[in-house]
Amino acid sequence: MPGLKDVKNKINGITKTAQITKTMYMVASAKLRSAQKKMEDFRPYTAKFTEVMRELSAGREADAGALPLMEVREIKTVELLVITSDRGLAGSFNSNIIRAAERLRKQYEAEGKKVSFVTVGKKATRYFRKTGMLRAHFTDIMAAFQMFNARDIAQAVTTAFLSGETDQVDIIYGKFYSMAIQKPEVEALLPIQPVVANTDNAADAIAGPTGAYSFEPDSNEIMTDLLPLFLNVQIYHAMLEVGASEQAARMTAMDNATKACKDMIRELTQLYNKARQAAVTNELLDIVGGAEALKG
Amino acid sequence: MAQIHLEVVTPSGPVVSEDVDVVTAPGTGGEFGVLANHAPFLTTIKPGTLSYKKDRDTTYLMVSGGFVEVSNNRATFLVESSEFGTAIDVERALKAKERAERRLAQVAQGDEHINRIRAEAALHRAMARIQTAHKTKL
Repeated sequence: MPGLKDVKNKINGITKTAQITKTMYMVASAKLRSAQKKMEDFRPYTAKFTEVMRELSAGREADAGALPLMEVREIKTVELLVITSDRGLAGSFNSNIIRAAERLRKQYEAEGKKVSFVTVGKKATRYFRKTGMLRAHFTDIMAAFQMFNARDIAQAVTTAFLSGETDQVDIIYGKFYSMAIQKPEVEALLPIQPVVANTDNAADAIAGPTGAYSFEPDSNEIMTDLLPLFLNVQIYHAMLEVGASEQAARMTAMDNATKACKDMIRELTQLYNKARQAAVTNELLDIVGGAEALKG
Repeated sequence: MAQIHLEVVTPSGPVVSEDVDVVTAPGTGGEFGVLANHAPFLTTIKPGTLSYKKDRDTTYLMVSGGFVEVSNNRATFLVESSEFGTAIDVERALKAKERAERRLAQVAQGDEHINRIRAEAALHRAMARIQTAHKTKL
């Protein structure tokens, strides 16, 4: 039977832990709100951007060679752009992303392709540094990133792609589906594929270029300017998703931790009460025994 | 006077959404104006000053690079950042300009640690800010 004092100390310790996890839960929920606001603000921009990209890339598959960022080559080297959070204590959120990236690496290597990594966020950086395949990394930006951060990252991956160092770039990040569900998501980044109309808009897809616009100077030149921006948009979007998912995952993790603490406190309190009762009974027995002995 | 709906959208949300008389913008191929019922067209924007007139009042905005789509009597500007001329911190823009110029000078001397493209972009943005602030005051 553990001593009374030990149990009491343990209870105090766990109560403090519960306080911390509860606070972290609240902080994460406030941060999630602002992360979701950021996503909300970004939506009109992406919606319009995708619309214009669709307009520009319709029926363009044939002359993709004219645009270096859309150039499809034989794939020898694949670069994986892995986006995680900077901070931990978010359950299995980051390790799920890292695991998905590892799986992808094995798959590519089995196909005889070389793999390199560019990471965003401390968690991915720390892990992939050990593999020796890390080409570039970006850390301590996930807390308050802006478009220019995404631009720097885009620049790092495009430079390698344009120089022929890499032939394909995939992006892996944690997608925010709902408060309860965040899953690793893999998307192709480079070469940029022509944006096609949604399948539920089949009529649009068949119609091809609407030809409704006049382009100034011409559609190829505009594409050349727009494609790098499109990459920024995609990377920024992935970062927004990770930002929101991280907070949601942390909320779930911290909520579970708080619950586990409460369970432990309940059990320990019972144990404490039992031990205290046993001590009281023992003392009483001693006193009664002593009194009996005196009477004798 | 017939009006055109102007929208300026940045990644951190819409900045302007208003019916205006005329819009003037810094296109990559030179400055251009858009009036109501303009034919649909699409062009890219370089960092500079966007201005629009409404009831004789002219408003100036700094815009960074992006593009504009004109259709259905709407002009939608998608730019990476935008700021009202009245909200520009000129001191800061001047400092940013100096810093960018210094960095470019270092690049010219063969310093490879500095990202030239980034420094150039910063310089263009700073100049756009200064120019916009200047026009606002006139």
